[in-house]
Amino acid sequence: MTDLAFVRSDLVDAKPPPHRTSGAWAWAQKNLFATPLDTLLTVLGILFLLWVVPPIYNFFIGHAVGPNGTVEECRMETAGACWAYISSEMEFFIYGFYDIPEHWRPNIVFALGALLFIPLLMPKVPFKRTNAVLFLFVYPIVSYYLLAGGVFGLKPMPTEKWGGLLVTLIISVVGITLSFPIGIVLALGRQSKMPVIKTLCIGFIELVRAVPLISVLFMASIMLPLFMPQGMTIDKLLRALVGVTLFTSAYMAEVVRGGLQAIPRGQYEAGASLGLGYWQRMYFIILPQALKHVIPGIVNSFIALFKDTSLVYIVGMKDLLEAVKTKNDTALEWQSANTATTGYLFAAMVFWVFCFGMSRYSIFMERRLNTGYKR
Amino acid sequence: MQKTLATIALAASLGLVATTAQAAILDDVKAKGYLQCGVTGGVAGFSAPDSNNVWTGLEVDFCRAMAAAIFNDADAVRYTSLTSQERFTALSAGEIDVLSRTTTWTMSRDTQLGISFVGTMYYDGQGFMVRKADGIASALDLSGAAICIESGTTTELNAADYFAANGMEFNTVVFVDQDEVVKAYEDGRCDVYTTDSSALAAERSKFANPADHIILPEIISKEPLGPVVRAGDTTWFNIARWTYFALLEAEELGVSQANVDEMLGSDNPAVKRLLGVEGDFGTPLGLTKDWAYQIVKLVGNYAESFERNVGPSTPIGLERGLNALWKDGGIQYAAPIR
Amino acid sequence: MTTLDTGPAAAPRVSFFNDPVIRGIIYQVVVAGLLIAFIVWIVGNTAANLAAQNKTTGFDFLWKTAGFDISFSLFPWSRASFYWEAFLVGITNTLLVAFIGIVLATMLGFTIGIARLSSNFIVSRLATVYVETIRNIPLLLQLFFWYFAVLKAMPSVRESILLPFDSFINQRGIFVPRPMPDEQFGFVWIGVALAILAIIALRFWAKKRLEATGRRFPVFLSSVALLIVLPGLVWFASGASVAFEPPVLERFNFKGGIQLPPEFVALLFGLSIYTASFIAETVRAGIQAVNKGQTEAAQSLGLKEGDRLRLVIVPQAMRVIIPPLTSQYLNLTKNSSLGAAIGYPELVNVFAGTALNQTGRAIECIALTMLVYLIFSLLTSVIMNWYNARVSLVER
Repeated sequence: MTDLAFVRSDLVDAKPPPHRTSGAWAWAQKNLFATPLDTLLTVLGILFLLWVVPPIYNFFIGHAVGPNGTVEECRMETAGACWAYISSEMEFFIYGFYDIPEHWRPNIVFALGALLFIPLLMPKVPFKRTNAVLFLFVYPIVSYYLLAGGVFGLKPMPTEKWGGLLVTLIISVVGITLSFPIGIVLALGRQSKMPVIKTLCIGFIELVRAVPLISVLFMASIMLPLFMPQGMTIDKLLRALVGVTLFTSAYMAEVVRGGLQAIPRGQYEAGASLGLGYWQRMYFIILPQALKHVIPGIVNSFIALFKDTSLVYIVGMKDLLEAVKTKNDTALEWQSANTATTGYLFAAMVFWVFCFGMSRYSIFMERRLNTGYKR
Repeated sequence: MQKTLATIALAASLGLVATTAQAAILDDVKAKGYLQCGVTGGVAGFSAPDSNNVWTGLEVDFCRAMAAAIFNDADAVRYTSLTSQERFTALSAGEIDVLSRTTTWTMSRDTQLGISFVGTMYYDGQGFMVRKADGIASALDLSGAAICIESGTTTELNAADYFAANGMEFNTVVFVDQDEVVKAYEDGRCDVYTTDSSALAAERSKFANPADHIILPEIISKEPLGPVVRAGDTTWFNIARWTYFALLEAEELGVSQANVDEMLGSDNPAVKRLLGVEGDFGTPLGLTKDWAYQIVKLVGNYAESFERNVGPSTPIGLERGLNALWKDGGIQYAAPIR
Repeated sequence: MTTLDTGPAAAPRVSFFNDPVIRGIIYQVVVAGLLIAFIVWIVGNTAANLAAQNKTTGFDFLWKTAGFDISFSLFPWSRASFYWEAFLVGITNTLLVAFIGIVLATMLGFTIGIARLSSNFIVSRLATVYVETIRNIPLLLQLFFWYFAVLKAMPSVRESILLPFDSFINQRGIFVPRPMPDEQFGFVWIGVALAILAIIALRFWAKKRLEATGRRFPVFLSSVALLIVLPGLVWFASGASVAFEPPVLERFNFKGGIQLPPEFVALLFGLSIYTASFIAETVRAGIQAVNKGQTEAAQSLGLKEGDRLRLVIVPQAMRVIIPPLTSQYLNLTKNSSLGAAIGYPELVNVFAGTALNQTGRAIECIALTMLVYLIFSLLTSVIMNWYNARVSLVER
């Protein structure tokens, strides 16, 4: 009873080697078959993929009629998507009624835009300030005169002739660049100590956010002519722009407000105690911090605006979706069972590429600007 | 709100806001250098983009004819595509100079909206299209059938009237856009598709199997489709009306785009008056003497426009029918130019 | 640039226009003046335009006979109904699709949001693909897709699929028998009311007991039992009966019964699937916002994954999720206005569309339509503020 000492007299058996934690099988075990439920879900998921992917593949690629196909091929019973239709009508989808010999003008605008905008997006490229000034102030004026013509011997192109992707991009780029500052001003106004301005901003934001965009555009198309003096008309493109911009800026204002509210009071006070005026305080101290907080929200508003451009058909603009619909309906030589579907799919893919690009860029920016706020 | 104003001001400086005096439309149009014409968003044969993305159609030709009469240039037209809801406001607010958009001439529209109908470019009537397999012979068999209809048109009301008058049960599905109406009918959502019979024919030609669908014999309404101008400017109204008459008169006198130059030497006094060889009918309208010559030379006569856009040789394949000249059994009739 | 003030005594030295209070007043007066001038200008123009076009204004048209058909309505609707009835039909149709859409979108959105965080590779990837695809395509396009996909997938009227209980499904929609309760059935509703009262009392008692003794009572199961048993007893006791009016195939369509048109189904699908992708992101962000320590604490208490989510994570995540969730609900309601494009008779289609066209009263119709959405929005924010206040009390 007294001697509890224990001395091992032989070697312990070696333990089996640990489970492999790398390699395909281990990965699958961890990520696919961890529990019975997981196994079931995995099997269901694979069955779902097997059910969904082949028909989609066949429609898009397998049985599809390529860009050089003919309408007869598209009319065959087994044919999938009719890409020949898209390539044949591509010019209308991109430029609308813009005169074909003048297509070089929108092309230059696209190219200039890409040239100025892409470096602006890349953090490493220098000369940000010059670049931004060029993009925000010089580029719009150059583009407008290039597109509308009437100067330097360029053939005048009224906005009624603009259409397709061109209009979608114009509305979204102008809408984004204008709604952002307007949204900030509205957000600041909402926090203002001046009752009149505060009430106005709150009223505007809440009213606009409460109603569907479709009714704002209805107003722009049916009621706006009534509001103007007799004989004064406003260009349709401008109506679409104003409608979409004001609509988005109200949402933007709410996003920015969220960021402003996240800034501790001390920051405001510190700014004031340095003797900075209101705008200096906002510009140098508050907004840089506030906006960084709400990048995802801002980009989501941009994406929403981009998608919302599909509604400007209400004011009679032929944006990408409406251009596709017009051709679906009137291109009699391309009528086949899948023509319209292919048109819609094309529009969906274009929208998707732009929106997905924006959301990826927002994630990239968020990571880059993340200076340790994340919990 | 001030943002709006600021934007408007900015846009005004860029030329996107146009202010025009109300008084004389012709002077404004001449000063602008082009005619602003309101058209549909795309109805094949009447106004739709062709394969070169240029507006074409019977109603587009009317605008081109007006431009030819005013500017001697049929291409001096700018087109605004309008929805059915906004077309009249756009016209009365001065956004467009003439509306040529499958618009039915009705009394209330003519008298209550501050607009004037010029004439009838196309005599239409509302009809019904059904599937052959349903074995329907008459519109009176349609009680309880599901009907696809476009909203904002006289079509909706006509159908309601017709069903009520015949004590039939009325059952509609209403869409804002023509495309969806057709597609919904084609996919079987409705038994019946109703609209103007010209459009029925046009849409049927697009179906995969046009022979599977029939258009019922009943025409339940009168749908005179014509161009419209703002009320109150008689000169402008006359230019529009006589452009329309000139198209008809040219057909009646056998003057066509091909032979118009030969016809200048014709001995027929009516042809001479039409083409401005004898007398001057253009100047009192504020046009040139050869206004009708320009119309025929640049656009053609009514028959040519009809053939080119909606006639039997086009996919739409409409017969002249009511729209033949009066002497050919139709009711298209132009007042004489004298 | 203003000069910097250097002390409390500086106040009197400020010139009249540099006084922030006076400046504020000037700004406000200018803004208010501009706004009023703008409104006066617009009203004047409108009046002049209306007079020039010989148009009458006012809401008297609401009491006129509408004379058009509405394809789907919860109320009896005929051509003899008035415009104000059309207005109500539009509102109820909007609310109906919005309400059911919100329920579906919430269920789907939470499922997808949780699936995105799943440790199962395939499940999380599928959820990601779903979210990234649906979120980045305009809703209008998706609605067209669903509408025509639904129409294509369904059989024609004559080949209707027969479901149990005399229900049918075909291209014209889903048809189910309409219950026709007799007069005695009123008692059953009283039974339901009693059951609800009893459940409230039971919950109250169960909570007291839990606090006093720590013993749980199966509240949920017994509530369900009460809801079934009490009205059932009343039903038998009162001898009430419910007749069913089944849908009957006539020459073209089914008649009688309750009909859900394909426009409704497609709009519901489109809205729910679109909004669910946003809700999924909200849910994911909410769950990720919960401190990892909470998960670990729950694990160390031995809770299973389901319980961990249900009892620990989700209640805390809800506080982050609720505000954006609310705006998604509002978005769904507003987006239901796109139903006009696929022929669903919601408010914008019926009132700002057909009614406006027939009466020509653009200002009145659009103003009323916007007013309704404004009221929805205000009501929702009132309710959500109340809920937020309640939820945030839990925080300590």
